[in-house]
Amino acid sequence: MALNRKIAYIDLTTGDVQTKPIPLAVRKKFVGGRGLDAYLLYNNTKKGCDPLGPDNALIISAGILTATLASATARTHVMAKSPLTGMLGSANMGGFFAPELAWAGFHHLVIKGKAKTPCYIYIHNGEIEIREAGDIWGQSVTDAQWAIRQDLGDEEVKSCVCGPAGENLVRFANVMTGVKNAAGRTGMGCVMGSKNLKAVAARGTMDLEIAHPMEALEYNKRFIEQITSAKVSQTQGTLGTPFIWGATNSWGGVRTRNFQYNQCEYSDDIEPERIDEICEETMGPHHMTGCFGCQVHCRAQYKIPSGPLAGRYDEGPEYTSLGAFGAETDTPRAVTVLTGNHLVDQYGMDNLETGSLISWAMELYELGIITDKQTDGLDLSWGNDEAVIEMIERIAYRKGFLGDALADGGIPASKKIGKKSFDYLIQVKGMSNLHSDERATPALALNVATASRGSDHLRSRPAIDLYHLPEKVLRKIYGSPVPYDGPLSSEHTEYIGKPWQVFWQENLYMGVDSLGICKYHTVFLGVTLPTFEEWSKVLYLNTGIEMTPEEIWQAARRCNMIERLFNLREGLKRNDLEKGDMLNHRYFDEPCRRGALDVIGTMIDKKKFVKMVDELYEYQGLDKNGVPKPETLQSLGLENEPSHLL
Amino acid sequence: MAKVLYIDHEKCTGCRLCELVCAVSHDGISNPARSRIRVLKWEAEGIYIPMTCQQCQDAPCLNVCPVKAISQDEELGRVSVDYNICIGCRACVSVCPFGAMSFNTTDRRVLKCDVCDGDPQCVRFCDVKAVDFVEANDVSIKKSRKAAQRVSAAGKQAADLVARL
Repeated sequence: MALNRKIAYIDLTTGDVQTKPIPLAVRKKFVGGRGLDAYLLYNNTKKGCDPLGPDNALIISAGILTATLASATARTHVMAKSPLTGMLGSANMGGFFAPELAWAGFHHLVIKGKAKTPCYIYIHNGEIEIREAGDIWGQSVTDAQWAIRQDLGDEEVKSCVCGPAGENLVRFANVMTGVKNAAGRTGMGCVMGSKNLKAVAARGTMDLEIAHPMEALEYNKRFIEQITSAKVSQTQGTLGTPFIWGATNSWGGVRTRNFQYNQCEYSDDIEPERIDEICEETMGPHHMTGCFGCQVHCRAQYKIPSGPLAGRYDEGPEYTSLGAFGAETDTPRAVTVLTGNHLVDQYGMDNLETGSLISWAMELYELGIITDKQTDGLDLSWGNDEAVIEMIERIAYRKGFLGDALADGGIPASKKIGKKSFDYLIQVKGMSNLHSDERATPALALNVATASRGSDHLRSRPAIDLYHLPEKVLRKIYGSPVPYDGPLSSEHTEYIGKPWQVFWQENLYMGVDSLGICKYHTVFLGVTLPTFEEWSKVLYLNTGIEMTPEEIWQAARRCNMIERLFNLREGLKRNDLEKGDMLNHRYFDEPCRRGALDVIGTMIDKKKFVKMVDELYEYQGLDKNGVPKPETLQSLGLENEPSHLL
Repeated sequence: MAKVLYIDHEKCTGCRLCELVCAVSHDGISNPARSRIRVLKWEAEGIYIPMTCQQCQDAPCLNVCPVKAISQDEELGRVSVDYNICIGCRACVSVCPFGAMSFNTTDRRVLKCDVCDGDPQCVRFCDVKAVDFVEANDVSIKKSRKAAQRVSAAGKQAADLVARL
């Protein structure tokens, strides 16, 4: 039964391990995965705790539906206080770790303390053991995983690990599993490194009973067909996420040269079709792979076709690597993107943060704010492919002034570099923005400004706003499971109705992250994909828990509110440029210089933006300062947090 | 002639949905240890190979069974275990050259693919058809066609090279 999966509290300082069941009442309040993680983080850390100290809690979890028949229930969620932002740290990844954790008997691990020497945790059919990491410490992401299998003498072990970047306390280091699955934002791998924890390995063969197996099987067939019949899923299964990059770039929504342009020119070599060609040439016609139980198989396999690392196998590159190592740095060359992607995968470092910070440094170099002195002679001119690759390594190993400074994240680096460097840093709450350019899309701009883990596209982005859907269709999507009769606009450049869309998506994504399902299986890119209605059924058939769509929505709101409470406790202030729901001034001052007719010349209207934030706060139940009203906390049952329910 | 499971490992994406639906449809339980089909993986190279019972004509499991609990089922084209006779000695597990016969430690009995009585769930859920259920006669013609395509492509490549010389 999913419901008999336990929570384990592991103290690396003392070696103490405690396991507890998760009561049904807690499940109904916080579901599982990211939602319950948020509750656990708020309850297991104290205000102002050092993200790299033993008091920070590193939480690793599976969703409540993980390893059940709900299609692609592969997601692992990782949470802690972020060493990058000093606020909420949260990241999510696919692969095969979460199901293995569930088969090994657990859904949530709360890891505190700090081991004296490098170690790893081994979880096997209800047993938890802390083992010496020995020379596994220091190894790359994949080598470490294979070494753990050898150490345990079991090829079926699945591990999530930190790479060299995590060990070197790069503040945006990933937790990773498999070849490229990355819990890649807010520096969760850095927290692992700070605890001397190289990996969490799992192996399980414990029965996970399905509540209504035959009905679940039949419903799953329909559920999968709903997903795979969407055109967007089929394209994704052929070209992977690069297909989004191609479309976005041709329209004019890709940051290029940090924030100077919104479209990458001469990009033929990194267009999705070209990347697909390379995958086919190096891996054959069937070169798509997928996460556990997923029929979308959106991840390509490739070997680097040429250059210093020619012949190395990896997976991807995803949308983000194309932007991070192709567009932002203006190096639109496949070899650079594929090599950069491989390096961050092996070092275990956030591709998005890495590429954004390198392109920021390149702009500072162009402006003379940093010179050859700070770069140790490295020519950081736009379009210098070798410099991009070199900088990735310098950051991972904190080499030289600039490598070391950037490894601390954008805001600390801007304080070291000084002058006006901060003005050019495209970040929210201390985390770099995705390479998407949101100046032509107020809804998306509102999303990145207010996302709970810093600038982020996976917390509340109404990506379908770009499809110009008829109002009738929008009403159907955004009017369920709770009614909405306010304004809605099909126009992506509008400000009307967008706060509600962001609010709706925020709850949708919290729902999907708590169930443990992939975002590509809900209304993120596809309009017809499953949401609250279908989740209610799939949850009941697999776990036996009865929750109406409205109850799931309400639980998602509650979990989002806990994240808000955490951020407020750690210093969130509405208009603070370092810790607030605010965008870099360039969104409001610099119009788009390239792109389609409905993009060129656009920028965000600050007054209207402020009004959108007001309206969003209203829906969320926050006051004008972004602080929850007492009645909101009461209606969500959060008036006594931290409540230490488990 | 009965249908057989036909595995084209090149198509396999490695998602292991076949394992999940196999375990759930037989036992109502999610647990890969209960699956009659297993995807073996070499993640470092991106190679995934589903393995299951070959329903051998001269089946070692059948031959070795000391109590004759295993028999050929011509109609469904499978080798099946009669659990009323089986004594759980696991001789079949040790003799199977494919590792396709396994032993479930919870239920304490052997398990193998029974082609779901003619409607294999692994096939039903495999979208890329890495696992397919085809007429036994068609297996070789499918393989021949694929090989012929490779030969023809190689021929064209060779002709191109000659033309460029």
